[in-house]
Amino acid sequence: MKKFEKLTSRIVPLPIENIDTDQIIPARFLKATTREGFGDNLFRDWRYDSDGQPKADFVMNNPNYSGKMLVAGKNFGCGSSREHAAWAIQDYGFDVVISSFFADIFKGNALNNGVLPITVSDSFLEKIFDVVFADPNTNLTVDLEAQTVTINATGDSFEFEINPYKKSCLINGYDDIDYILSHKVDIEKFEQTRHFSYYQ
Amino acid sequence: MGKTLVEKIWDAHVVKRQEGFPDILYIDTHLIHEVTSPQAFDGLRKRGIPVFRPNQTVATADHNVPTLNQHLPIQEELSRYQVDMLTKNCKEFGIELYGLGHPYQGIVHVIGPELGITQPGKTMVCGDSHTSTHGAFGAIAFGIGTSQVEQVFATQCLLQQKPKTMKIEVNGELAKGVGAKDIVLYIISKTTAAGGTGYFVEFAGSAIRSLSMEGRMTVCNMSIEMGARGGLIAPDQTTFDYVHGREFAPKGEEWDKALAYWQTLYSDEDAQFDAVLKFDAADIQPMITYGTNPGMGIGISEAIPATVDQPESERPSYKKALDYMGFRDNETLLGHPVDYVFIGSCTNSRIEDLRAVASFVQGKKKAEHVEVWIVPGSKQVEAQAKEEGIDKIFEEAGFMLREPGCSACLGMNEDKIPAGKYCVSTSNRNFEGRQGPNARTMLASPLTAAAAAVSGKIVDVRELLAEYDVV
Ligand code: SF4
Repeated sequence: MKKFEKLTSRIVPLPIENIDTDQIIPARFLKATTREGFGDNLFRDWRYDSDGQPKADFVMNNPNYSGKMLVAGKNFGCGSSREHAAWAIQDYGFDVVISSFFADIFKGNALNNGVLPITVSDSFLEKIFDVVFADPNTNLTVDLEAQTVTINATGDSFEFEINPYKKSCLINGYDDIDYILSHKVDIEKFEQTRHFSYYQ
Repeated sequence: MGKTLVEKIWDAHVVKRQEGFPDILYIDTHLIHEVTSPQAFDGLRKRGIPVFRPNQTVATADHNVPTLNQHLPIQEELSRYQVDMLTKNCKEFGIELYGLGHPYQGIVHVIGPELGITQPGKTMVCGDSHTSTHGAFGAIAFGIGTSQVEQVFATQCLLQQKPKTMKIEVNGELAKGVGAKDIVLYIISKTTAAGGTGYFVEFAGSAIRSLSMEGRMTVCNMSIEMGARGGLIAPDQTTFDYVHGREFAPKGEEWDKALAYWQTLYSDEDAQFDAVLKFDAADIQPMITYGTNPGMGIGISEAIPATVDQPESERPSYKKALDYMGFRDNETLLGHPVDYVFIGSCTNSRIEDLRAVASFVQGKKKAEHVEVWIVPGSKQVEAQAKEEGIDKIFEEAGFMLREPGCSACLGMNEDKIPAGKYCVSTSNRNFEGRQGPNARTMLASPLTAAAAAVSGKIVDVRELLAEYDVV
């Protein structure tokens, strides 16, 4: 996993609530057996019409907006557990997703793929949308070490929470398997203590 | 202080708890399918490691399989490749596979319980959010992403933050024609689609206790639709009777030992939940959804809530949902025409669901303009239905009984609802495009779906039940 430290970038605003993983990556694109290439179909049915033509009114087709951060409405990533949603977001080129609320599984999947989900307050989210709609060139700075996200134009800053273990994983580029495997002896010991085996 | 059921099972599976780190949680059983596993197998290959405990993983092919002519090679190239890949991976890593053609094949959350793999007190995971279904047995069961599938392959463990706990009590008696699906759609309509986020939910109360195992699975299945990590129900005699004698259930002395343990699995009287909700079963009508998330549900006789009555920040999304569905503020759905009826998915494709539908439609015919698909949850359900003659009842009614798989629940195979068409579906998600691009999904119980099939429109199944005096 690549290391995450600090990022300053313009943003793509998507002020829609309850964006589910079927919107992020529709099921019909889940047939791939590798992790690559999902970015092309990120938000497929919002981005393209049924003839495959880009829909002009969708933000990702608007040349005024771009960047490595996606900012979305409350309850982002609800629905299916498909990690393909996190892969699509990463593959498209987003390193950060900001919302005022994330669905659990999506949040975990994002972190496991080096995409940082940042939960901000409703009012801070509003502020980001206000600023970016006033000026699409606005940018944010995310400092993972300090756990802050700052709207550079206004100086407004929000201190976000992140599990300390997950933070160190992102900063160091480790993943969970490396960590758990370092406790293999504990796992084997644990298996010995099971009183009865009702495994099939 | 006493412990909740979730805490009891959780604590019994913690391999290592370290300050500042998530728990290392031992996973008893891992279920896999073709869609969310290939990248995890690839990960193992890249690391050069085997599956740590291959006999604790079971595989099936369900999401992507055709539901007609399963004996023939899969037509669609990418689907065939994905299913072939699963076969190859299972062989290489030594995992039991109930693939196409196997008498145990079916939707992963249907076969676990029916084979007795799902048992009280277990920790179970699968790369599929509806793994919560297995919680109906008093297990901690939840969906995981593909990176975590790889973790479980590599270590039989997961790194997990201990969840918060919520108790949802439903007390009282359900009216005739109202079932488990209505209970859970009702709960989600009250909590919203995000109301359970961060929690493990224990369902309790007399109305829950009175449900069969199938009904309990329906409730736990949809706990994820309120955002919860999972849902569970304390095991009782109904649970033990269901598990007893199944293929992979403990036998003989093992059974006695297991049963003694299972009988300790309940939330202690003085256990503290982080949140408690209570509902009255008498308030629940047959439910139907009108929007594009499962929280957007109403009692069948109620009107669609007006946009102005929504919190201001939510109005644009709310309006977008109604526009997508082609519905208006304050509209009632009774009498609304229906184009498709889908009875299937891990929520409602068990034998009990098919029996309920059959007993209702016996001697009736589907409305002419409606297409009705019945997709059994597994080969075993399909075989049972045929043995009981249920297939004949469906045939006479003009319902199409297909072969097992996820089918139109997620429209990954060719079973898609055409754009703009209305489908009453017994599945669990009504997201935009879930059943096919621009398809319009209305979630409901098997009975309400069957009533829509014979009437050609949305009807209150309670009235038909009174008329025909069935069930
Ligand atoms: S039936 Fe639907 S919800 Fe259930 S496992 Fe299959 S796709 Fe998922």
